[in-house]
Amino acid sequence: MLILECPYCGVKAEETELAAGGEAHLKRYGPGSSDDEFHDYLFMRENPKGVHFERWRHANGCGKWFHAARCTMTLEVFGTYTAQTSVPTQEIMDKIAAKRPGWTWREFADGKK
Amino acid sequence: MKRYSVFAVAREALRYHTGWERAWRSPEPKRHYDVVIVGAGGHGLATAYYLGKNFGITNVAIIEKGWLGGGNTGRNTTIIRSNYLQDPSAAIYEKARSLYETMSQDLNYNVMFSPRGVIMLAQTEHEIRGYKRTAHANQQQGVQTEWITPERVKEIVPIINLHGPRYPVLGGLWQERGGTARHDAVAWGYARACSDMGMDIIQKCEVTGVRTENGRTVGVDTTKGPIDCDKIGMIVAGNASVLSEMAGFRLPMESVALQAMVSEPIKPCMDVVVMANTVHGYMSQSDKGEMVIGGGTDGFNNYTQRGSFHHIEETVRALVETFPMVSRLKMLRQWGGIVDVTGDRSPIISKTPVQNCFINCGWGTGGFKSIPGSGWAMAELMATGHSPLTEEFSINRFKEGKFIDESVAAGVAH
Repeated sequence: MLILECPYCGVKAEETELAAGGEAHLKRYGPGSSDDEFHDYLFMRENPKGVHFERWRHANGCGKWFHAARCTMTLEVFGTYTAQTSVPTQEIMDKIAAKRPGWTWREFADGKK
Repeated sequence: MKRYSVFAVAREALRYHTGWERAWRSPEPKRHYDVVIVGAGGHGLATAYYLGKNFGITNVAIIEKGWLGGGNTGRNTTIIRSNYLQDPSAAIYEKARSLYETMSQDLNYNVMFSPRGVIMLAQTEHEIRGYKRTAHANQQQGVQTEWITPERVKEIVPIINLHGPRYPVLGGLWQERGGTARHDAVAWGYARACSDMGMDIIQKCEVTGVRTENGRTVGVDTTKGPIDCDKIGMIVAGNASVLSEMAGFRLPMESVALQAMVSEPIKPCMDVVVMANTVHGYMSQSDKGEMVIGGGTDGFNNYTQRGSFHHIEETVRALVETFPMVSRLKMLRQWGGIVDVTGDRSPIISKTPVQNCFINCGWGTGGFKSIPGSGWAMAELMATGHSPLTEEFSINRFKEGKFIDESVAAGVAH
């Protein structure tokens, strides 16, 4: 069972208390952007086998959105962090780098920092 | 290949069954093939089979990182139906269903296709309207389905409880020619036929890279060395994103875990497939007597081939409501598979940004029923560059906004 700690209320919530919100740190495109940009934003997903940044909502709790970093191959949770950021925090990047040297995920990949 | 027949059984009975040969060869890979299919699941093997059968292309390798049919082909709940709402879906699923009818004869391999009938229960007003609409659409598409009353549902499924605690059964969408088949046998039958045509099935061989030159594919790197090829077909379900990344493009796709379970075997009690999409559970009885039960997908990306515990409870709760007699059954085993889900819940059978590289993925929670149709269409696409069955399932449909929205028609909260 997946357990994530809500960074706002501090509750260690298991997954029935949470709602998954899909891939995190998507760059939003709206009117005026090109078809390709809009298409990629709406549909294209990294869907990595390994490190994944994602959005979650503490639905049956404080109701707030937050971010989590998780491994999709082992379900290991690297940590959760605030929703008020458009890139992963340095703290979470360090945690992942310590456990998964050479990991890749979009432009945040290890070594590209 | 020695054909299976009643005479073969008689012959072998007289010599202590020493004459049976292996169903397929396990050769080492050659240096070059005309076509490399990545993924020896049902879809990959079916594609290879129809490449050979319909187009005479037999210099084909089917590469599999695990064992043949060990992914979702061996993990599904074996349901076959074609009662889809949208025309492109109905066309390909009905093609598949009709190919299932004669598959055992075609392959000379008993796939135990059992057209026992599939009911999708309507348990809300919304579902009644949805399924009536589907029944009408199916009539236009030439797919034989009908709307039936609760009384008729009870007649077909005596063990059902029409007046459950949460949702009453208000009717159903009945496809009499839907049913089940032996999922492993589908993979094994195709594998045997492919091997017989001279194709190489290479198991325990993982693709580690896709080689491209000037925007066209020239081969793959594998754990058994590099293999050159003219065309490559990626048919790897949950791992489609991983493979497409190797080839240098992304997919509108997310991989999630879907799980299923079976009960202990019991005497025959239900001779149809019942899907209850509102409460979310579906059930059929296998020939061994186990109740085969399917549930929901998890909401988060997952490659672990095991689902969340709470989904088991949700699924069982739904089925206990609908079939009170299952409440005393013990669960025999439970498992998960990784399904690839697209934005509109319809598959992608398409050319890709890389020339001569084709992809067949995104079947999500409904891959098994489509295996022969998917293989048929994919083979046509790979051989001729065009297939009427795959036209609408192009990877470009998301950019064009031409979705094939089956999330409502399937009635399942994917």
